[in-house]
Amino acid sequence: MTNISNTAPLKEQSIATDVNGAKVTEQDYIELYEQNYELIKKNSAKALNLIREKGFENFKEFGFPTPKLESYKYTDIREPLKVDYGLNFKRLNFPINTSEVFKCDVPGVSTHLYFVVNDTLLAADNKRNKPLPEGVIITSLSEASEKHPELVEKYIGKLSENQKDEMVYFNHAFAQDGFFIYVPKNVQIDGPIQIINVLRADVDFMLNSHNLVIIEEGAKAQVLVCDHTRDDVRFFSNRVTEVFVKENATYEHYKMENVSTKTTDVTSLLIDQEQNSNVLGNLLTLHNGITRNNVEIDLDGENCETYLCGIVLSDQNQATDNHTSIIHNQPNSHSTALFKYILDEESKGGFTGRLYVAKDAQKSLAYQTNKNILMKRTAKMRTKPQLEIYADDVKCSHGATIGQLDENALFYLRQRGISEKEAKTLLMYAFAADVLEHINISALKDRMKILIEKRLRGELTRHEGCMLC
Amino acid sequence: MLQIKNLHASVNGKEILKGVNLTVNKGEVHAIMGPNGSGKSTLASVITGNPAFEITKGEILFEGKSINDLAPEERAAEGIFLSFQYPIEIPGVSMVNFMRASINDLRKSRGEEPISASEFLKLMRKKKELIEMDSQLTNRSVNEGFSGGEKKKNEIFQMAMLDPKLAILDETDSGLDIDAIRVVANGVNKLKTPDNASILITHYQRLLDYIIPDFVHVLSDGKIVKTGDKELALELEEKGYDWLKG
Ligand SMILES: Nc1ncnc2c1ncn2[C@@H]1O[C@H](COP(=O)(O)OP(=O)(O)OP(=O)(O)O)[C@@H](O)[C@H]1O
Ligand SMILES: [Mg+2]
Repeated sequence: MTNISNTAPLKEQSIATDVNGAKVTEQDYIELYEQNYELIKKNSAKALNLIREKGFENFKEFGFPTPKLESYKYTDIREPLKVDYGLNFKRLNFPINTSEVFKCDVPGVSTHLYFVVNDTLLAADNKRNKPLPEGVIITSLSEASEKHPELVEKYIGKLSENQKDEMVYFNHAFAQDGFFIYVPKNVQIDGPIQIINVLRADVDFMLNSHNLVIIEEGAKAQVLVCDHTRDDVRFFSNRVTEVFVKENATYEHYKMENVSTKTTDVTSLLIDQEQNSNVLGNLLTLHNGITRNNVEIDLDGENCETYLCGIVLSDQNQATDNHTSIIHNQPNSHSTALFKYILDEESKGGFTGRLYVAKDAQKSLAYQTNKNILMKRTAKMRTKPQLEIYADDVKCSHGATIGQLDENALFYLRQRGISEKEAKTLLMYAFAADVLEHINISALKDRMKILIEKRLRGELTRHEGCMLC
Repeated sequence: MLQIKNLHASVNGKEILKGVNLTVNKGEVHAIMGPNGSGKSTLASVITGNPAFEITKGEILFEGKSINDLAPEERAAEGIFLSFQYPIEIPGVSMVNFMRASINDLRKSRGEEPISASEFLKLMRKKKELIEMDSQLTNRSVNEGFSGGEKKKNEIFQMAMLDPKLAILDETDSGLDIDAIRVVANGVNKLKTPDNASILITHYQRLLDYIIPDFVHVLSDGKIVKTGDKELALELEEKGYDWLKG
């Protein structure tokens, strides 16, 4: 079974276990947990220990998810879960040269830039970053647990503990740290907070992290999370992010993924909205291995606005499943979900659009669209709306299409002398364009346009992926 | 310039063109008329290489060379342009990007450098003026939400931008108001040189008052059944097509 860095450096240990080559099972993780319980706790953000045991009990009971479960129908992570990963319970520091990532910087995107190496938030470069407004906290969850225990304990697990999700249980059992963002009442942060997640390890590596974001009444923040891999090993990343958006607050969350095909990424983004709040979520999957985005947005107040969208561009054997739930618990809120996939070669896409409108959530407006283009017959898309509407005075719509590029449009462009390849690129780009319009950070939008065009032309390199950051 | 010899073509296994012969020389204007469904648009599609249509027999020569096997973009590069009967809306592709991609790919095929930004803007402005096109239209996505007439004008604008050797105008006059027909016709006339040629597909003699054709052909059931001069168009206006059938 895979081992952990409780004694020797990770590298040596994992080489030994690689030789062993046994397939890892749930039982191995149960034992791993039991053997290392004290170590895990000791090196963990204190607040995460509050939810750990229950998470572990649930994991013991439910195990890992398989596609047999309705909620994991489109996500098959059985194979990557059998890999012999190293886990860094001791939280050894992994060396990283941030200037290596820095040199790709695009000025103007990031005014508040942070690096997270695996689950460890590095100290901010205060020479480079613009000062944060008074009262804003951006730090590691462990530091926040020490310095602001009342705040962290009030919120930690409040959303994730309600999730009936095997990977969230697992995360609760094993996560030790993550980032913490707090924006006080009426503070509006100027420019995005950019979090660059770098997966970094010399051996196949698993990472569980738990992030917490609190946007107080009337506050405003934009968070851009970029996922990158730095090493050519197999990664399994399982992250939970809980976001609390209070009355009249505005929150935008962008997830830009550009990771190696050897990566499995399970992300749970859980957002709670209070009344009159405004949330935009945009999930941009540019390059990946297997990705499971589990997004749940609870509208727990009246007059909320929610826009959840995403783009998936994939080829080879990449697989991406966006599993979304928007839950209208109160009247008069308005939500939109818009997801677009362009799938080439043998890649797979999955989309679930769950929409729940509670009995009292009258005058809800909810729109859901999922459009997909298959460039080749070998690519596969599965899509499913899941509407549960208990209120009678609501307007809800959903629609999904799976098709090819419009032949007539293709001919029209080619008749004007545009090469077939260029014409296809133009049409794919056009197809994705309306999701790009929902990027309210203009430097990011411009950058995304270029990256997407390059991706569609097959010219996106890993190095360029971090040019955003 | 263009020689079509015994052209047979089908779509989805159904034969539409059943032996078309047509020769168009430099400097000429040909009109093609004929009943609905007789194959006029099909002919235009086949000349321009629409992959939905299959040539089952015959040959299309352009400047002496067979173009049967050329891709649509290669035919465009040879200088063949089609003003579509039903221009396609392409949401998300801006007119500006579309025209720039078009001009640059055409230039590339001739071994020329891409057009500079300022030269491109100048060209756009000049051609918009020529066909009196609303300046706002080029700020939008290709044909998206354009009115019927605006779409047709946009086709002529593109023709002006690309300066083809052979322009095929498929019912460009349909849906245009009287002023717009005059403007479009003026545009076509201004673009006319002794070295280029055009084929006008139309149902209405009126367009031919503005653009005087050298030949008028009648296409019926996939064949050209009659050829004459501009007087033939007047005759057709009066008598319809029935007298030509059978
Ligand atoms: N993609 C297609 N599939 C099946 N039949 C087609 C297709 N395209 C054209 N046809 C048929 O071919 C015939 C000729 O059509 P075409 O559009 O060439 O006629 P047309 O002469 O241009 O008519 P109109 O004057 O109405 O524009 C028609 O019967 C039409 O239904
Ligand atoms: Mg027609």
